[in-house]
Amino acid sequence: MTRDPLGRPPALLLLPAAIATLLLVVPLAAMVAATDWSGLADQLGSEQLREALRLSLVTSTAAMLVCLLLGLPLAWLLARVDFQGRGLLRALVTVPLVLPPVVAGVALRTAFGRTGVIGEPLLELTGFAFPFTVWGVVLAHVFVSMPFVVIAIEGALRSADKEYDAAAATLGASRWTAFRRVTVPLALPGILAGMVLGWARSLGEFGATITFNGNYPGTTQTMPTLIYVTRQSDQGAALAASLVMLGVSITVLLLLRDRWLGTP
Amino acid sequence: MPTTLRPLRVALVALLLLVPSAACGSDDSEPGTDGGTQTFTVLAAASLTEVFESFAKDFEAEHDGVEVEFSFGSSTDLAEQAADGAPGDVLATADEKSMQVAVDADATGTTPEAFATNTMVLVTPPDNPAGIKAIDDLADATWVRCADEVPCGRVALELVGSNKVTSEPVSLEEDVKSTLEKVTSGEADAGFVYKSDAVAAGDAVNVVEIDDAADHPTSYYIAALSQTDDEDLAQAWVDLVTSEEGQATLAEAGFSAP
Repeated sequence: MTRDPLGRPPALLLLPAAIATLLLVVPLAAMVAATDWSGLADQLGSEQLREALRLSLVTSTAAMLVCLLLGLPLAWLLARVDFQGRGLLRALVTVPLVLPPVVAGVALRTAFGRTGVIGEPLLELTGFAFPFTVWGVVLAHVFVSMPFVVIAIEGALRSADKEYDAAAATLGASRWTAFRRVTVPLALPGILAGMVLGWARSLGEFGATITFNGNYPGTTQTMPTLIYVTRQSDQGAALAASLVMLGVSITVLLLLRDRWLGTP
Repeated sequence: MPTTLRPLRVALVALLLLVPSAACGSDDSEPGTDGGTQTFTVLAAASLTEVFESFAKDFEAEHDGVEVEFSFGSSTDLAEQAADGAPGDVLATADEKSMQVAVDADATGTTPEAFATNTMVLVTPPDNPAGIKAIDDLADATWVRCADEVPCGRVALELVGSNKVTSEPVSLEEDVKSTLEKVTSGEADAGFVYKSDAVAAGDAVNVVEIDDAADHPTSYYIAALSQTDDEDLAQAWVDLVTSEEGQATLAEAGFSAP
């Protein structure tokens, strides 16, 4: 280690920093330590866990794609187009980000529930209702992760230089062509990061999903819901499922390491 | 690789991503005394909410300076919390199995007493959109019950079996109050709840009796906890619940005698 010309870091800062690190690391390490490794294989092989994991992966991926399809244009609008009320629109988009997920579930129900503003006419016209279905899970996931995707992608678009768009325009490219051929490729790493963020947020989603969709194995029981419910009867199974989630989270972090952990 | 996300934004997004998405939990109150008032904490099954709250009024009137605090939740959760030393003076569960969890952990200070039983009914929204008149009508309905892991789910499962209901529920809820809420909110056509929950819900639900419900009762147990600071007061609460007056209040709320 080379000597820092500014002097040694003060203990007044090092101590809280150490406590913060322990606070974050100890619970996870304790969870790993509490695992009954001999029974883990059985737990991991359980039909219920595999079903919940599969459902979690499928719904999170579907939600991520919807978020990209709808969120990228919205992010572009916020980053590239000057219009009145842009600040207000950004604030509106950000609300679900700071909203307690249970509140998101209640809000979704008043809109898309069987007696909801949109849900009731939808049920009458088509016989379809979102609650208690896989579609309801995806809807809840999209609601909570869209803000992450939009804000992350907007940041990426803003830092990709606008001049390139202008250059494309002077060469005769329409705005759509510039978006497709210039803007998106330049911001691609940021867009991918935004997608992974949204995916991870969906994967961990619990409050809105259980409030809006309840809990049924195979249809609406995602990993967080499974952990919440099995914790009441079988701590071992809940721990095993938690370990799987920890593994998935670490994998996501590794995928993002260049972007987040790579900063010197 | 160039950093395309601004650091502040990255920090904000990362922070929010890590906020626990559950956002729920029981509000633990500070135990002990402050300014002459003594806080008395009762851990009780969710289905006891209304009736225990009415007991608290009488109890506070009888014991000067005592303030009763509750932690309502699933019996299994509460018994585990008591076993882990959660602050509390009395534990009341909706079945024997969860009480046994506390007994096994030496968390109880007195022998658990059965103080009430409860039976299950079906509830539907007041306008009964699926036209449910008996348990057989569940075949084409959107219905909910508690999960297998909690007492109310075990009883519902027995009734589903004895009545040969072949359709599947759309959701397995974590406790009886959330099962009730799925019905009162109109999301489900019917749900299995305790009779006492149906009484407490009043006009918000329409009750459909189940013929053999009386054959599948669940028993409520109460015990003082070993960590109580005031054994006499804890015993006084148990006595109130098991007294003639207490039993009358329980009966009014839809519970049956033990």
